[in-house]
Amino acid sequence: METAPKPGRDVPPKKDKLQTKRKKPRRYWEEETVPTRDGASPGPPCNKKNRELRPQRRKNAHILKKSRISKKPQVPKKPREWKNPESQRSLSGAQDPFPGPAPVSVEVVQKFCRIDKSRKLPRSKAKTRSRLEVAEAEEEETSIKAARSELLLAEEPGFLEGEDGEDTAKICQADIVEAVDIASAAKHFDLNLRQFGPYRLNYSRTGRHLAFGGRRGHVAALDWVTKKLMCEINVMEAVRDIRFLHSEALLAVAQNRWLHIYDNQGIELHCIRRCDRVTRLEFLPFHFLLATASETGFLTYLDVSVGKIVAALNARAGRLDVMSQNPYNAVIHLGHSNGTVSLWSPAMKEPLAKILCHRGGVRAVAVDSTGTYMATSGLDHQLKIFDLRGTYQPLSTRTLPHGAGHLAFSQRGLLVAGMGDVVNIWAGQGKASPPSLEQPYLTHRLSGPVHGLQFCPFEDVLGVGHSGGITSMLVPGAGEPNFDGLESNPYRSRKQRQEWEVKALLEKVPAELICLDPRALAKVDVISLEQGKKERIERLGYDPEAKSPFQPKPKQKGRSSTASLVKRKRKVMDEEHRDKVRQSLQQQQQQQQQQQQHKEVKAKSTGARPSALDRFVH
Amino acid sequence: MTANRLAESLLALSQQDELVDLPKDCLLSGSEDEGDNDGEREHQKLLEAISSLDGKNRRKLAERSEASLKVSEFNVSSEGSGEKLVLADLLEPVKTSSSLATVKKQLNRVKSKKTVELPLNKEEIERIHREVAFNKTAQVLSKWDPVVLKNRQAEQLVFPLEKEEPAIAPIEHVLSGWKARTPLEQEIFNLLHKNKQPVADPLLTPVEKASLQAMSLEEAKMRRAELQRARALQSYYEAKARREKKIKSKKYHKVVKKGKAKKALKEFEQLQKVNPAAALEELEKIEKARMMERMSLKHQNSGKWAKSKAIMAKYDLEARQAMQEQLAKNKELTQKLQVASESEEEEGGTEEVEELLVPDVVNEVQMNADGPNPWMLRSCTSDTKEAATQEDPEQLPEPEAHEVSESEGEERPVAEEEILLREFEERRSLRKRSELSQDAEPARSQETKDSSSQEVLSELRVLAQKLKENDQSRKQKASSKGTIPQVQREEPAPEEEEPLLLQRPERVQTLEELEELGKECFQNKELPRPVLEGQQSERTPNNRPDAPKEKKKKEQMIDLQNLLTTQSPSVKSLAVPTIEELEDEEERNQRQMIKEAFAGDDVIRDFLKEKREAVEASKPKDVDLTLPGWGEWGGVGLKPSAKKRRRFLIKAPEGPPRKDKNLTNVIINEKRNIHTAAHQVRVLPYPFTHHWQFERTIQTPIGSTWNTQRAFQKLTTPKVVTKPGHIINPIKAEDVGYRSSSRSDLSVIQRNPKRITTRHKKQLKKSSVD
Repeated sequence: METAPKPGRDVPPKKDKLQTKRKKPRRYWEEETVPTRDGASPGPPCNKKNRELRPQRRKNAHILKKSRISKKPQVPKKPREWKNPESQRSLSGAQDPFPGPAPVSVEVVQKFCRIDKSRKLPRSKAKTRSRLEVAEAEEEETSIKAARSELLLAEEPGFLEGEDGEDTAKICQADIVEAVDIASAAKHFDLNLRQFGPYRLNYSRTGRHLAFGGRRGHVAALDWVTKKLMCEINVMEAVRDIRFLHSEALLAVAQNRWLHIYDNQGIELHCIRRCDRVTRLEFLPFHFLLATASETGFLTYLDVSVGKIVAALNARAGRLDVMSQNPYNAVIHLGHSNGTVSLWSPAMKEPLAKILCHRGGVRAVAVDSTGTYMATSGLDHQLKIFDLRGTYQPLSTRTLPHGAGHLAFSQRGLLVAGMGDVVNIWAGQGKASPPSLEQPYLTHRLSGPVHGLQFCPFEDVLGVGHSGGITSMLVPGAGEPNFDGLESNPYRSRKQRQEWEVKALLEKVPAELICLDPRALAKVDVISLEQGKKERIERLGYDPEAKSPFQPKPKQKGRSSTASLVKRKRKVMDEEHRDKVRQSLQQQQQQQQQQQQHKEVKAKSTGARPSALDRFVH
Repeated sequence: MTANRLAESLLALSQQDELVDLPKDCLLSGSEDEGDNDGEREHQKLLEAISSLDGKNRRKLAERSEASLKVSEFNVSSEGSGEKLVLADLLEPVKTSSSLATVKKQLNRVKSKKTVELPLNKEEIERIHREVAFNKTAQVLSKWDPVVLKNRQAEQLVFPLEKEEPAIAPIEHVLSGWKARTPLEQEIFNLLHKNKQPVADPLLTPVEKASLQAMSLEEAKMRRAELQRARALQSYYEAKARREKKIKSKKYHKVVKKGKAKKALKEFEQLQKVNPAAALEELEKIEKARMMERMSLKHQNSGKWAKSKAIMAKYDLEARQAMQEQLAKNKELTQKLQVASESEEEEGGTEEVEELLVPDVVNEVQMNADGPNPWMLRSCTSDTKEAATQEDPEQLPEPEAHEVSESEGEERPVAEEEILLREFEERRSLRKRSELSQDAEPARSQETKDSSSQEVLSELRVLAQKLKENDQSRKQKASSKGTIPQVQREEPAPEEEEPLLLQRPERVQTLEELEELGKECFQNKELPRPVLEGQQSERTPNNRPDAPKEKKKKEQMIDLQNLLTTQSPSVKSLAVPTIEELEDEEERNQRQMIKEAFAGDDVIRDFLKEKREAVEASKPKDVDLTLPGWGEWGGVGLKPSAKKRRRFLIKAPEGPPRKDKNLTNVIINEKRNIHTAAHQVRVLPYPFTHHWQFERTIQTPIGSTWNTQRAFQKLTTPKVVTKPGHIINPIKAEDVGYRSSSRSDLSVIQRNPKRITTRHKKQLKKSSVD
């Protein structure tokens, strides 16, 4: 009977002298078993979400000239969850070199955690605590699962990196096109359409289709990857803006008088007369809302799934021609001529917030895909990036020689600004960081002034509409490399699209749920709760949840005399009283401190003023 | 027995007696009392009672004194006698006759016996029975508590509860019983057999078997001995080291240290001869050690030892000497190194000196070129920043005395020239050194490549050019500063608060400009110069007019103004200049910009006004309940007194602070969004007492959009699953692991059910955590 090699023998010999147990000498074959098993690891399990992997897409869009950045090694911090050497022994006696579930990095897990554990909860009963524990355990489990499935996001974003000292902004499109593979190079093209004026353009949500409309009535839609034209018409009217609805089959065109909807054959389906003199269009894909900003100063929300106007809001700020949506919470940002940007939701008649951004009028607004940063440019030639996480303060500011007329964010947080006939692109440190305006990442000059800008989703491509036509330029690192095959699949078939459409309609979010915090549904309506409590107390005549006054428990063996009971009661009462007094004292102290600080600040502000005598003080 | 009966009858008698006494109650009590008398008598009594209802008969009845008519052998009636019958009375007539002796005896015995206690009330008996029964059943049922709790807390219950044990046979067993049947299988087996591949357990090929037996016993023994020896050696060494570490003698350590130092020196000298490059490195290390020592407070005469010696020094010669020694060492250490053997040190030294003299961009550029040491770089940049801030106070008084600044400006270029020259020299030396020592760091090797002679030349050219420009710009600035004071002298009153407003952007600008210069010098030398100059000229008019405008504003406004304007000077030249960048057009542009800037002022005012209005509107309103004319004269033009108004004014409670309280440039709508609120939870579910607790449980989304498929399925599993086609039997003790008949474990539970439940809870928790 042969003995199979035992697991766990490769422990280095201990230095301890006292060790009397004899160890079996290590054998040379014990090491060998490991590498032979190495290759036989099973392939990753197929996740439903990411079933359709892209066939070799952006791999080659990485610019060749530049060295690759070494990826950060994942830190395996999670220990193995369970060890059971008995169960892991396989038939042949070989041992699994990587027992237990695969380690997950803590940072990635943290990304999926949604419970805010910083807030301390009031003391809770055992039953409540068990519920909370269950919730927390569930969260941890799901986030670990999500983090583990990140492994399936195999594609990496493209990038452009100068050799040391080289400015990436000087690399022109021709260089990039030369360096990339044919498939990627084909994504750079120009459409020379000088006849019908400056063009607005829009990519569909999957990034596969492109629609553009010239000011002189030229409207066309095409599958820009294969360059297959879907339709091309002239609406014989000025076209202000153009936008795909939820799928590439429907097309909204803001014409001179009214809003029209065409299908992908170019057939006019609707003429919406309630939206007149529309200047800008935005489509909110999860709510199926088409937001229109008009010359008359109205912001109108049209539900395209039922054809109803959900809300028509008067912005009271004159002509509206600067609009963008926050993809994070579906709030519409409008820029006004008095330098403010107002945030709108169909549920409220007034703006949710108003931010004073510029001294002159606002020319362009863009919000990044995480909803964290807003870029604005104004007539004062400044480009500002605001933090939208509650503070609304500018993070960085630059004055541009001519000011930016158009702004757009890419999926990975690149910012593009169109200034005259030049397009400047700034990049940040990563996806969730604001673009640093120090150095432009790329620049490009076009044959005419820019009129429309959009990054193509899931592609490293920027579409620019200008007076000379359309330019599709390559911007490495712009698009999200991994797409969700069930959500927006660039390669979907007609059948898949139809199925997605039904599903999306079923999951349509009601328009009234749009608010600044998209997670508001996970909160309790505190005001109603308090109101209900108050009403209940009124109805009952007492507070059923109030803490009952302390009643000393009778003690056994004759220690429970009335006097001692009263004494104990008194003690507790005194303690409570003392607590109250202590709290009020603390509050007073805090107030005093605050006041003092105020005074100090004031004194500083007045005292810091330099006088001519200051020089003699030192 | 007879005696008993007798007693009973006596009792009945007494009852009857009472009955007569209370005729009003007799109806009720008569029916209630279950008598042992016959119905006839009762009937009689009833009749009597009824007849006694009219007033005449009542007295009569009470007055009767003769014996009752109905005397029978079964019944002794004491009606009318008014006193109770005692046993002794009965016994008296018996005394005389001897024939009744036995009866007497018996009666006596009866007398001596105590009366039986009254049986308990029926209700009480029932209550006691119930209590006992409850306790019993509670004890029996308490064993189910943990089971119930477990089932309640279970994530999922699958009914029927009993599970069939899945028969998991080990794969070896399965394999051993398995035979190749299909031709394909047979073929494969044949192949395996041919190649002598193992089929059964353990799966080892003959080769592997051979290798298992490969190591002979002697070999293994030798190997073991070797290992043992190594281990022993190691432990000896460790023990020795430990012992030496414990030695407290200072002298010993001193000697050891000295010996080490000597040894090191010797080695170093040898190394210098053999391998100069390595020696260089060694020297660097030594230098570092020296630096460390310099940094430390070891020889500063501030230690405990030094203080004690200082006291002793007066009397003790040795102590004095020791102190002197230390002082000398301190001096030696703190002394600046002017001349050093190696070029590297020289560089460091000069750099230090430089920083002390004129911290300027030039340094930074140099550092950038130097590259590899981030620490030095940071310190350098911070130095420059500090220097900038130091420069600031110098610049502040400039409006008053701008001649001084001018003279400074004149002086500075001279210094800069010097610096540039020095820098050049340094580069040359650096190059030489790098040629000397090839095994320097890779970054440095890059440097050598950089500094080919051509590049040096071009650099020199660029530097010279930059120098000129600096000169020009400085002059420009000076001149612009010269013009401003004239403007300002016209309105001297608010001048005091001006310099801050005026100078702040100025300083930022200079810093920025310096940085820019540095970058350009370093990176893109072929960038057109005019752009830069244009910017400078652009900035100066941009900022100048702002300042006098600003000072008129209120303090609060200045805050907002700052927000909108302070960063405006941070102009960035784009790498590719935009469309038509002609000089005159740019000027026009600037003029337009200034106009726009002016126009923006009332934008701010409007916004602040709007915000104030919004704040006012959102404030809760006070309720005024005064009735004019109530309790005083009324009429047109008469107002209720202030006192009264104050008395009847109900102040609204102050709401929570506004979210935009500290954000001057934002108005956040505080109105409640009722449409969203309609979708929110408004009643706390049972176990939760605070909404934070409940919120925590609903934070994680359960939809498939946010979760992986597995997680989604797990989160949405139904709480109870019933298998179709199965009978769901009620739970039995055997199912849960209790033996139904056993008393022992039941009793355990009964004795302290609480502890058991808590323990069980803990177990449950553990299992849930796992």
